[in-house]
Amino acid sequence: MLRRLTALCLMLGLAAAAPAVAAGAAIEVVVKDPYIDLHTGPGRGFPITLSIERGVVVQLVRQRTDWVEVRTDRGKHGWVHRSQLARTLTVDGREVKIAGPLPDARTAHRWELGVAAGRLSGADVIQANGAWLMTESLMLRADVSQVIGNSSNGWLGTVGIAHVFVPQWRVSPFVGVGGGVIHVTPKATLVDTRERTDTTAYGAAGVRGYLSDRFLLQAEYRGLVVFTNRDDNEENDEWLVGFTYFF
Amino acid sequence: MARRLHLLLLSAVAGCGLAAPAARAEGAPDPVGDSSQTPQVVQPELERRKVEPVKVPTQNFEAGVLVGTIGIEDFGSSVVYGARVAYHFTEDLFAEATIGRSKAGRTSYEDLSGAAQLLTDSERMFTYYDLSAGWNLLPGEVFLPRKYAMPAAIYVELGIGNTHFAGDDHFTVALGTGLRLVVNKWLALHLDARDHMFRSDLLGKDKLTQNLQFTLGATAFF
Repeated sequence: MLRRLTALCLMLGLAAAAPAVAAGAAIEVVVKDPYIDLHTGPGRGFPITLSIERGVVVQLVRQRTDWVEVRTDRGKHGWVHRSQLARTLTVDGREVKIAGPLPDARTAHRWELGVAAGRLSGADVIQANGAWLMTESLMLRADVSQVIGNSSNGWLGTVGIAHVFVPQWRVSPFVGVGGGVIHVTPKATLVDTRERTDTTAYGAAGVRGYLSDRFLLQAEYRGLVVFTNRDDNEENDEWLVGFTYFF
Repeated sequence: MARRLHLLLLSAVAGCGLAAPAARAEGAPDPVGDSSQTPQVVQPELERRKVEPVKVPTQNFEAGVLVGTIGIEDFGSSVVYGARVAYHFTEDLFAEATIGRSKAGRTSYEDLSGAAQLLTDSERMFTYYDLSAGWNLLPGEVFLPRKYAMPAAIYVELGIGNTHFAGDDHFTVALGTGLRLVVNKWLALHLDARDHMFRSDLLGKDKLTQNLQFTLGATAFF
């Protein structure tokens, strides 16, 4: 009984330890391309010092941008471009996931993160934004902006939805609506120095163009309405140009 | 009577029909085309093994500190210190977020006039933050005598952000250049020169100020 118990504990212990060992070790793969080129550094300008042919087992150590560090059995190191490792499988047949944009990244991506700058009724704006694509053309957007003006400064946060008309095109227009909150701090030199927080709503129209499989450029106009507790609401024009990373 | 018999027979057949698959499932799977029994379609209950693809660990983030000097226009030179986080998209392009702080000195007006103080101590804190896009212009390898070769790159950066100085926020454009020396698998050393440009009307006239900064930094890749 005791022997059985110790045997069980030993097996459990080994089972727990094994994944830890596997995580630290490099990934062993079989080269599937006709050959892979090992560069001395993670860049296309670094010279190739070694080529490894199909069928040889190598280890993948780490990845930096589009380059993967590879180690051979004889201890040689090198960096291989991810395109040459696209079809590799591990020694036991599992797929290897190397980070990078998918071939259909433009329509298949789900998340976007970007920055934009522009003008809001004469004041400068810097904006950080993000979007989640619910479908190919419909997205949920959120952004935070800092408004820096001559007579007042402020912060603006909005959420909204936008519809991209033809996401398959390289350049496509989009429209959106949304709302949020604006907090304005007038500068001390003015008479009315109360800070105020108001709700806002906007309607947007713009155009976006893909620069590559990872980046796009957006230009947008927003008609912003600030719901003040004075008699009139404020209507502002906001122009933004932004650079977005999608994945 | 006949009806009861019918019902009995029907229930018996139904019972056999239900029991037979159960019996089959328990026993060993019959070979296909077993002619001894009525031909049955084999429906294997195979559960697909969920094979997780293996991920190669990525090292695209860079984070670190920087320290150096900044010349704040009209306010002399002072020590600047800050932090930066960068993300490398491709071997050429990266994005960097920087934050830095410095305590401005005195203007020559304040020095010469003796008494007048333009800014309070807290207003003299020069704090900036920005997000820049960087381009590795000249990547390559640097050779230190004999034994050491290190990947290095000269890069240029253009950023937009904000500078908080003299109790006010200023929209800032930062233009910079730097050298990155990748010392080992995870450590990089930086030498940067940067110009923070913003419009300021602190001294009466509205003008574009240039605030040049030279820093040394160290970052870790992760």
